[in-house]
Amino acid sequence: MIPVISVLAYLIFAPVLGGLLDGADRIISARMQGRVGPPLLQPFYDLSKLFSKQMIAVNNVQLLLNLSYLVFLAVSGAILFGGADVLMCLFVLSTADMFLILAASSDSSPFAVMGANREMIQMMTYEPLTLLIAVGFYLSTGSFVVKEIIHSSISPVVMMPGMLLGFWVITAIKLRKSPFDLSTSHHAHQEMVKGLTTEMSGPTLAVMNIAEYYEKILLLGIVALFIINKHWWSWILAVAVCLIFYFLEILWDNVSARVKWKTMLMGCWIVTLLAGGINLLILMLIK
Amino acid sequence: MGKLARSPWLLHYDGSSCNGCDIEVLDCLTPRYDLERFGIINTGDPFQADIFLITGGINSQSEQVVKQIYSQMPEPKVVVAVGICACTGGVFKECYNIKGGVDTVIPVDIYVPGCAARPESIIDGVVKAMELLRTKQEEFSRRKKEKKQA
Repeated sequence: MIPVISVLAYLIFAPVLGGLLDGADRIISARMQGRVGPPLLQPFYDLSKLFSKQMIAVNNVQLLLNLSYLVFLAVSGAILFGGADVLMCLFVLSTADMFLILAASSDSSPFAVMGANREMIQMMTYEPLTLLIAVGFYLSTGSFVVKEIIHSSISPVVMMPGMLLGFWVITAIKLRKSPFDLSTSHHAHQEMVKGLTTEMSGPTLAVMNIAEYYEKILLLGIVALFIINKHWWSWILAVAVCLIFYFLEILWDNVSARVKWKTMLMGCWIVTLLAGGINLLILMLIK
Repeated sequence: MGKLARSPWLLHYDGSSCNGCDIEVLDCLTPRYDLERFGIINTGDPFQADIFLITGGINSQSEQVVKQIYSQMPEPKVVVAVGICACTGGVFKECYNIKGGVDTVIPVDIYVPGCAARPESIIDGVVKAMELLRTKQEEFSRRKKEKKQA
């Protein structure tokens, strides 16, 4: 595919797809709890409402920082969907998160600052495996470039199943799913109000939500990268795997309670070490 | 329907309630009543709330809190007083520490009677609040336009 088209498609359709996924997520979660749940288009109703609300900001720089979060996520996704360097994509993804942390700590609310602190711990938790995954792609396909990875003769997941498993765990952190929804969560009533997003109101929160939709599609794009090879049918398989992957995240969200940060850090690092590290060692030995 | 009427987010505060109405408010979120059907989320954050749901009468300790939460909510917003204590002070009306209903402190739009208010009547009050939000939003966007022109 021509990179320009796929990048444009990502920039235009990722928020739409992300919103629909979020709507489906809320319905499926509600059904798992024996409820009917909101309509599928609820995330879009929420967005249009948030944009129409009065803008209250303790510190006006927050909107700018949130917009930077959005732009960097879009850039990161564009790098992936444009077929460029996967390592670069993951680095820009971390940069984007830094802007969210800055946005949350830009005001005086103790809840927002606490949320920002926890977000930093979350970054520390998932960052090692993210880097291991990039190295894993290089070792299994001989390239960091997405364009070449998707033309490999066998799917990278055959060489790195442990890393996909690890990625499933850290995606729960990225998607703000329980048990790792420490910094903020989609569910109401927690010990620190809304954490990271406590001081975000109206348009600022809407920008943050759109950014999260970009991130959602970006993460699923990385999952698809595990599956896609030079055969055409692998693309269909990749979409199916992405949907199953996301369903498992919802399931996990609904059956588990939030853990403490130490448990999250140790648990995820153990997963990184066992699933990611051993996978990497084997890759280095056989390649 | 208006934008707000499709996604009203609630903020619930207990003024000095006996917790009877609070339990009924939480009841609205259970599978039997499922408020989320209407896109309603029970949020804990005044910055993100559209409907302010108060249970219990107001005393001198909760007065400041209610005023502060109300001032932190972005326009347009609606206040719903749930239960007879929040409406008028109820059986505690004559107590030395009670100021009366919520309307003694902030403007109330919808009154939901009952002791404790039934989940059905709370949902009815919230749905009425959603209609009111729509008219308030039209007013808000008109004011915003006038401000821009001025």
